[in-house]
This record gives sequence, C-alpha cells and structure tokens, in this order.
Amino acid sequence: MAQNNTAATDAISRLIQELNKLPGIGPKSAQRLAYYLLRAPQEQAERLASAVISLKLEIKLCSCCFNVTDADPCALCRNEQRDRTKVCVVEQPQDILAIEHTGVYKGLYHVLHGALSPTEGVGVNDVRIKELTARLTDGIVKEVILATNTNLEGEQTAMYLNHVLNPLGIRVTRLARGLPFGTELEYADDATLTRALEGRSEL
Amino acid sequence: MSTPREYQTSGIIIRKTKLGEADRILTVYTPELGKFDAVAKGVRRPKSKMAGHLELLTYSQLTLARGRSLDIITGSQTIESFLPLKNDLWLMSYGLYVIELVNQFTAIEVPDEDLFQLALTTLRQLCQSDNRDLLLRYFEIQLLQHSGYRPQLRECVACHQVLQPVNNSFSASNGGILCPSCAARQPFAHSITVNAIKVLRFIQDNSLESVLKLKINPILAREIEGVTRGYLKYLLEREVKSVAWLDDLREQMRVMVNKKVVNAPDTGDAENAATEV
Repeated sequence: MAQNNTAATDAISRLIQELNKLPGIGPKSAQRLAYYLLRAPQEQAERLASAVISLKLEIKLCSCCFNVTDADPCALCRNEQRDRTKVCVVEQPQDILAIEHTGVYKGLYHVLHGALSPTEGVGVNDVRIKELTARLTDGIVKEVILATNTNLEGEQTAMYLNHVLNPLGIRVTRLARGLPFGTELEYADDATLTRALEGRSEL
Repeated sequence: MSTPREYQTSGIIIRKTKLGEADRILTVYTPELGKFDAVAKGVRRPKSKMAGHLELLTYSQLTLARGRSLDIITGSQTIESFLPLKNDLWLMSYGLYVIELVNQFTAIEVPDEDLFQLALTTLRQLCQSDNRDLLLRYFEIQLLQHSGYRPQLRECVACHQVLQPVNNSFSASNGGILCPSCAARQPFAHSITVNAIKVLRFIQDNSLESVLKLKINPILAREIEGVTRGYLKYLLEREVKSVAWLDDLREQMRVMVNKKVVNAPDTGDAENAATEV
C-alpha cells in the first residue's frame, strides 16, 4: 500500500488517503474508487466534488428539532399540516427517515444526536436533552413519543427522559417493544419476549 | 493437532463497541477464559437473532468460531438477562458501574472464577436487594481484594501501630489508614471517621449476606462511598466514567425533590387563598 502511494502521483494518493477515512472503505476500495474517478468524465467528478462541498456549506441543524436541514427551521418544523402537539424523540437524523417512510406519524421530531452511555462517558450534556425540555415549556406539546433505540443505551435514555419529562405534566410514551415482523419465536431473547407478552393485544 | 475451530463458553457482556455497518465488538467476561473481545456480526440489524442475547448486562451462553484476530460469535442464548436492571434507571446505572469496574480491573484472558462469581452475585443481588449502597461497597472492597489492593484498615500503614478510635485518615497512595501523627506528613490523606472504618472492616471480613443486613445512615454511606471511589480512582489513574453519570443522576433527583418542596407551599397558599375567599 505504502509503495503504491509513492508510485502513484500526489493527487491520486491524496484522494486515496481521504477516501480511506470514510466508514467501510479500506485501502483497496479507496484505490479502486480513486482510479474509477480518474477515468470517469470530468462532469461526474465535479458533481461529486460540489455535492461534498455544498454538504458542508449548506447543511445545518434545525434550531427547533435539530434535524439536518438546508433551511432553518427545517421543512418538517415549517409544515403547517403536521400535528404540533406531538414530538417524537429519536437518536439520530436517519431515524426520522425510517419513521417518515412509514407515513403513519404526522407529528414533529426531536433529534438527540446520541444516546446516554455512562460507561463511554456520554452524559446528559452530550446529547440534546436540555434543548428538548426547553422546547416543551411552551405548553403546545401534549405528548412526547420516545423512539430511542431498544438497546441498553436507548432504554436508559428513554428512562431518563421519562424521569425528567414526567414532572412537566406531558404525556410520555415509548414505542412498543416486541417481536419484529418476520421473526421466529425460538430465537427471541427473554427481554423481547417478556415485553411482547406484556404488550399483547386483541386481534 | 490444531485447536477446534468452534468452542463454547458462557459469560457476561461487559462492553460493546460498534464495528462497521452492522457489527459489534463485544467484551465478554467468562469464568474459564477470563475477559476477551469477540466480534458479533449483524447484531445491529433489527432481525438479528443474536442481538437480544448479546446486550450489555446479559449473562449468555456463546458459541464462537476462531477468527484471524478476534473470534466470531456464531450463536448465543441468554442464561440470565437481569431484567430488573434493564427496567429501572438507577439499577441500570449501578449495573453499568459494576461491569465498568470489572472491565477496568481485569486483564485480557486471565481467568478468575471467584471474581466472575462476585460480579454475577452482585448483578443478581442488584435485582433483589434494596441495600444497594452496601452491595456496591461490598463489590468494590472484594474486587480490590481480588486484584491485590486490599486496603489496610487495622493498623497504620506507615508506623504499623494499632489504630486508635479517633478520626484517622485514609491514604489511597499508601493503600490504607494512617494514624493522625503519620497523616500529618502525608498531604493526600483524607480524614475518615471511626464509624466509616468500622463499616469498611465489616465489609472486608464478612459475607455478603451479613453485609446486606447492615443498616447505615446516608451521611455515613456517602463518606464510605467517597473513600472507595477515591481509592479506585487512584488505582485506575483515571475517573470511572459511570461515576460521573451516577453523580449527575443523584444531582437531578436532588433538584427535583427541592422543586417539589418549593412548589408544595405554593399550592398550600393557593388552597389557603381559596378557603379565605
């Protein structure tokens, strides 16, 4: 690899180095992408470059829900059609995409940008919890839906938020936890099965 | 003869880090192999059959395949899931504190059956016992003992005189109690009350059952906590990360209780006002 870098010209090796930093891109993939771009038409490379630059220049966080956006407040927060009495709390912007894809939820969102993780040193001030509580003081929001991940960090974050939000007199709900669609019962773990049984419903 | 490609073991998941798109590196603490890292493939996908069995604070039966650097978990089945720990903010935080300490105080691939049993018992008791403060102190003191850092609580660590029932000092760097005259020469020793020493000695010399029967007042509990925390921090040469979280949580509770106290007279006034009208 090192030899390849010295053999290649400076521009190529610089690109390889940068691509190599991307998640899931190893040295060989980086090399393949770099040489692909070298052969690709000029416009394609320029479109990629300008897309990367505008990503950093134009994308910011919505001052209300902290979703990624190019206009502040974001399209979801500006949309008058959406139910302003509900706020769905998620860990990362990608989670909004997943929930929006269902088309079922019509309320607003709040992105925490992480989950509490005591053993990794992620505390209350490292995620956007204060911003959430500040947002809820206006009395418009009636329900907060906790849609953090169902792993340990997500659960802890949800329990903590419940503990903080309950005194505010807002209804706090948690996404149901149970068996995922298309699952086989014999592989289910105790925690999931217990909750699936607790939350069973009439057909 | 080569070693078999696949093997089975059981252990507690004490740490996890993300790897690639959907994988994780898990740190597993087992009685027979000690602590080791292993790769769990695909556990961050919702349909993973293993994810629920490989969460932190879970005691699981594992099947592993030998990998090039890290072994790969190919099957898992929960033995104990410590469900109460996962349904309560405080219990989960305490559980995480326990496994963080286990992780910090163990070396890779050094089996220690006793220490494993201590960790397992502590997690089980966390699910049952209300005496969480003393349970955690018992865990800390026993952990220190296993790791070779048993604090000296009977005689002064500097002059070896038997301690008198006066306010002595605890010195983390000396690993025990200093008598008042020796403490004067040691800048980093903290004063410790007679009662705190007595409780620490009791924890050191008695079984968990008897320790959990003990009742101590909150002020004494905080003092003892301060002593063990200071000693652990000194030995690790860094903060235990979940301690900061426990402090945050305690502070949060205190603020909320205060708010309630402040709010209470308000409602009282309102009621009075109503009756006056």
